[in-house]
Amino acid sequence: MTFLRMTASRPWLWAWIAAVAVFGITIAATAGASAAGLAQAAFTFAAFSVIVGLGQMFVITLGPGNIDLSIPATMTLAGTVSLKLMDGQEAMILPGILVALGIGACVGVLNYTLIRALRIPPIIATLALSFIVQSTAIWTNRGLRVKPPESLASFSTGTLWGVPNVAIVAGLLTIAAWVLLERSGHGRRISAIGQSLPAARRAGIPVEGVRLATYVLCATLAGLCGFLLSCFSGGAALNMGAEFLLVSIAVVVIGGSSVAGGNSNVPGIWGAALFLFLVVSMLNTYGFGAGPRLILTGFIIIAVILAASARGRTAA
Amino acid sequence: MNEQTPILSVSDARVRFGEVVALDGVSLALSAGECIGLVGHNGAGKSTLVGILNGGLVPQEGRVEVSGKAAVQTAGWDVATARALGLRCVFQELSLCPNLTVAENARLMHEGLAGGAWRARARALVSKTLDEIFPGHGIDPRATVSMLPIARRQMVEIALAFCDAGTPPGIVILDEPTSSLDAGIARQLLDHVRRFVAAGGTVILISHILSEILNTATRIVVMKDGRVVADRPAAEFTQAGLVTAMGTAGREQARRLEGKGRGEVILTHAPAVGLPFEISRGEVVGLAGLAGHGQTELLRALHGRLSPEWRAHADPKVAYVAGDRRLDGVFDLWSIRRNLTVGALPDLLRRGLVQPEAEDRAAADWKARIGIRTPDMGLPILSLSGGNQQKVLFARALLTRAPLILMDDPMRGVDVGTKQEVYEIIRAEAEKGRSFVWYSTEMEEMELCDRVLVFRDGGIVAELTGASITEEAILAASFLGAA
Repeated sequence: MTFLRMTASRPWLWAWIAAVAVFGITIAATAGASAAGLAQAAFTFAAFSVIVGLGQMFVITLGPGNIDLSIPATMTLAGTVSLKLMDGQEAMILPGILVALGIGACVGVLNYTLIRALRIPPIIATLALSFIVQSTAIWTNRGLRVKPPESLASFSTGTLWGVPNVAIVAGLLTIAAWVLLERSGHGRRISAIGQSLPAARRAGIPVEGVRLATYVLCATLAGLCGFLLSCFSGGAALNMGAEFLLVSIAVVVIGGSSVAGGNSNVPGIWGAALFLFLVVSMLNTYGFGAGPRLILTGFIIIAVILAASARGRTAA
Repeated sequence: MNEQTPILSVSDARVRFGEVVALDGVSLALSAGECIGLVGHNGAGKSTLVGILNGGLVPQEGRVEVSGKAAVQTAGWDVATARALGLRCVFQELSLCPNLTVAENARLMHEGLAGGAWRARARALVSKTLDEIFPGHGIDPRATVSMLPIARRQMVEIALAFCDAGTPPGIVILDEPTSSLDAGIARQLLDHVRRFVAAGGTVILISHILSEILNTATRIVVMKDGRVVADRPAAEFTQAGLVTAMGTAGREQARRLEGKGRGEVILTHAPAVGLPFEISRGEVVGLAGLAGHGQTELLRALHGRLSPEWRAHADPKVAYVAGDRRLDGVFDLWSIRRNLTVGALPDLLRRGLVQPEAEDRAAADWKARIGIRTPDMGLPILSLSGGNQQKVLFARALLTRAPLILMDDPMRGVDVGTKQEVYEIIRAEAEKGRSFVWYSTEMEEMELCDRVLVFRDGGIVAELTGASITEEAILAASFLGAA
């Protein structure tokens, strides 16, 4: 009972329990030989999911229908353009970062312009825009694979006291997102809009401004994630964002945030991102082929979501 | 009449919702051919008692018994059993499906309408019942519920409760049925209730409008703090006696919210139809007329003009008290405290972060000032009774520093004692220079205003000031279109 009560106020606990369990099972197969390596890999890859997941979480918190499907395309465009601009030169690092963030912010503004001015539902508006953004990326890239500046490449693959640098960046962003969601006036407003748009309007919340800011934040984080990922993998690729479409949504949902909006949490995103990576490693360790691996991944995700929602029912 | 065997009775029911004791040993017996007026403060336990009667709520202790048969175990009493017995409810919160038509809602509510050609039969049944209760109602049963104004939705809901589709209505519970109806329609309903009771039906009427209760009920049950404190024939009560029994300080009518002459005009608005609107500093302007004739639209237009869309103002120009609290009032997932402070967020922030101490202080201050009945402001807003939720919405608007407050029939479901307190607060705030635009379906409240604008067909048709604000003048203007 105390356990149930504890999980009721901490919906993110399930994602962490699942991540730790999967980690344990994987390590059991190798008799503990690769624990540190696996943990490091998990934190590295989870970091990228967390960065886009945080943005998606804020958008989903805005309430039913709000979602950003342009994340993969934004990542790709930000990665290709900024790497091309830097062209491997150390002096261009700062402009490169600014361009990546700027591209994200522009995509965010365009997303909200389509949603607001043309009254297109977010799911269609962001998907439509993502085709335009992706095509722009193809046009600027033209099959070139530009290497990132040396210092950036070593930073994004390096570690500090054993912790991957990208995980530190994602960790700092997570803390900032937690403060924004739980402690700031802006977070209050997002949550209010997610619960009831008409009520938020009547309560004097500047609804349009808050929604715009949220879409811009989400796309800017996608731009940053694209930049870091292309530095990490030694160059931008046109399909590098593809898997993040599902992942960005999955980490929010598995992390225990409400898909209906208004009620989100930050810690669950880390738990879910680690879990998603570890499930694949576990199945690899046990020697499953690609097909069964995907099927099992699907089943495990469903099981975790079911466990989390059963928790919600008993608590009520 | 009191000698009759009761057809349904509840004995010694106790209900707790977490920290809040909602019912503390309540017994009530219903006989055929009586109309029970159920009155009491917000949070006195009226809605909870109704919940037990209709089978939606199982009391932690106590029994429910049906018509002298062997006692039905409490566990066996549920919504389906209650409906089979002919028990119907009309709730304070409208419970129609907004995306369906009137006839489709009738089908959902009445199993008896199943089978072929149910649409035609449902339309005929609804029209017939509406004609019976509200002659000249003008409601098309093919209309989608969300397209109907709130008063008509309420009329449909009432008609559906009185429909006979196989199971005739036996006991009808009306929870604040007239709160969104104007005077004429309310009278039609109460006439129907009297006819229904005379024909042997049973009605439980819950209302904060005491004259309705006194004129309609045969027996009056007064509740207070989860107990029944009086249960006597209606003839033994007077308005003052009833107020005393409810435990309200038997205060006189609130004084008129006397204007000290008109101050400077702070806002003017020229609607598409009717006379223009203007309001001065410290003025209380009432919006009257039949429900759904453009009052809410004016409030929305004013709010839309003054409230920010893109950036929060440090000094808000306007605050709004919603009438339809489910739709545009409360934030379901939040605590009482967060619901109260959301309007005044800019005042509670430092460097963009909410200051918890400032927030706690503001919430505690208003909990005391307006008497929100809860042990802890951190509890969810939905743990409060409807009237207490409405108080929170009031406090939300008054907590802002906005010079203009728009009120969309804000006293729906608020008890007499609280109303008086809120009137006092409004008067005090008006004296300090705040202006109020107040739409209400209750005449008494219009008589408290400095100036009343009467609406008809979407626009303002008449303006009454000072002593010329009387029920007769308002009714004359709303029906005839000119004072």
